[in-house]
Amino acid sequence: MIRLILRDVTLAVRAGGGFGLGLAFYLIVVVLTPFAIGPESGQLSRIAPGILWLGALLACLLSLDRIFALDREDGTLELLATAPVPMEGIALAKAVAHWLTTGLPLTLSAPILAVLLNLPAPGHVWLAASLAIGTPALSLIGTFGAALTVGLRRGGLLLSLLVLPLYVPTLIFGAEVARRGAEGMDLSAPLILLAAVSAGSVALLPFAASAALRVNLR
Amino acid sequence: MPDLGRYAVEVLSAYGMALGLLGALVGLTAFKGRQVRRRLADAEARRRG
Amino acid sequence: MSQAFSIWSYANPTRFMATTERAVPVLGGLAGGLLALGLIWGFFFTPDDYRQGATVKIIYLHVPSAMMAINAWAMMLVASLIWLIRRHHVSALAAKAAAPVGITMTLIALVTGALWGQPMWGTFWAWDPRLTSFLILFLFYLGYIALWQAIEDPDTAADLTSVLCLVGSVFAVLSRYAVNFWNQGLHQGASLSLDKAENVSDVFYYPLLVCIAAFVLLFVALVLARTRTEIRARRLAVLEARERME
Repeated sequence: MIRLILRDVTLAVRAGGGFGLGLAFYLIVVVLTPFAIGPESGQLSRIAPGILWLGALLACLLSLDRIFALDREDGTLELLATAPVPMEGIALAKAVAHWLTTGLPLTLSAPILAVLLNLPAPGHVWLAASLAIGTPALSLIGTFGAALTVGLRRGGLLLSLLVLPLYVPTLIFGAEVARRGAEGMDLSAPLILLAAVSAGSVALLPFAASAALRVNLR
Repeated sequence: MPDLGRYAVEVLSAYGMALGLLGALVGLTAFKGRQVRRRLADAEARRRG
Repeated sequence: MSQAFSIWSYANPTRFMATTERAVPVLGGLAGGLLALGLIWGFFFTPDDYRQGATVKIIYLHVPSAMMAINAWAMMLVASLIWLIRRHHVSALAAKAAAPVGITMTLIALVTGALWGQPMWGTFWAWDPRLTSFLILFLFYLGYIALWQAIEDPDTAADLTSVLCLVGSVFAVLSRYAVNFWNQGLHQGASLSLDKAENVSDVFYYPLLVCIAAFVLLFVALVLARTRTEIRARRLAVLEARERME
């Protein structure tokens, strides 16, 4: 399993793996926001937590269809299915690799991009913390969606349609943590709920994803 | 016709849209059902000879 | 012989077709009659509410459709579970048949709610928890239907949509609570709530009950009719495939 994670990370970082794309997309979303909203700093700092969360979520969505599609094309997925690793483990490993190449860089870059949107000072820490806790849930839900659509030729758009409604609770709690953090309010309740969503996703979604994978490999 | 007062537009359009949607759903269900039934009957007939 | 009394015997498509042959027109007719009764009663023979005026009449469409929007998803969840556990094809097709009915009910609830909200709240749409949850439910229905349409192999489609329905149910419930939390977080105390049946007086209550019964029957009749169509379509696909082979 660790080998699988390492392999996926190496493949993603290598040229053509699309590692930087998500980050570049995130940067562009953040840069475009003031053009759409206007440069007034008070207004920007008010919407900054929401935009930074939404941008991270969309950047996460971009790379989802790569999770299984390439392995499916060259037959690696069939080989993995016959390997002495449970399918649930493969799904989890894939999600972890996706998080390492997408969620983690997004989390680390978010506080820096937050400067552009004039996020108030205490917000940076909480933004990073909420993304660190929330993005694993995004990766796992995305892995489940990718497992559902792996057999389809044009699954990309359908994948977004399936995954985005599932992202609602994570987005609500995550953005709420970041917003309350920026305003210096008490944020323990949304933080705990966000952690609960992530923990529940880690515990349950690998099973759902592996069930979908088994059906698609039948 | 009861007097709907100043809310006539809202009430009537709510009834119109809801019944329209229900009608469309029932109509579509009936149409699709009849179509599939006919095509299946054709296919069965072709099969028998 | 004991098999004859088991509900699982309806899992046999032939038996299902034979039993529902007569049931669909009867249930459909009953639903139409009750709907006409309830709506005419409600529309023509109930007084206006002292606060809401004539807009109270929208309740006869709004509450039943909202109830059925949720019940349709619950029915799909049960049917999906039966398919995953016992592999009865009729069950999977019934879940597929219920989804378009459910999404229409959701849409009716949203539209009638918006038309009621405009004069009463002064806006077609407010990000009230209940409204928002219904919008999310609508998106779940969309995804479910899209997944059914995207997959060619019927058994694969049934399996994958069932798994989606299970996971979706968990997340739909989660979203309901998340949205509750979110709105309280944004607008402290400014919560809008729809009138529920329990605080509606008797004048409105009885025609509402009739309408709810009509919507339930209508839902059952539509799902049965659509399931029959799906079973026929499945058989048609098999026959056509066989013809191409020959």
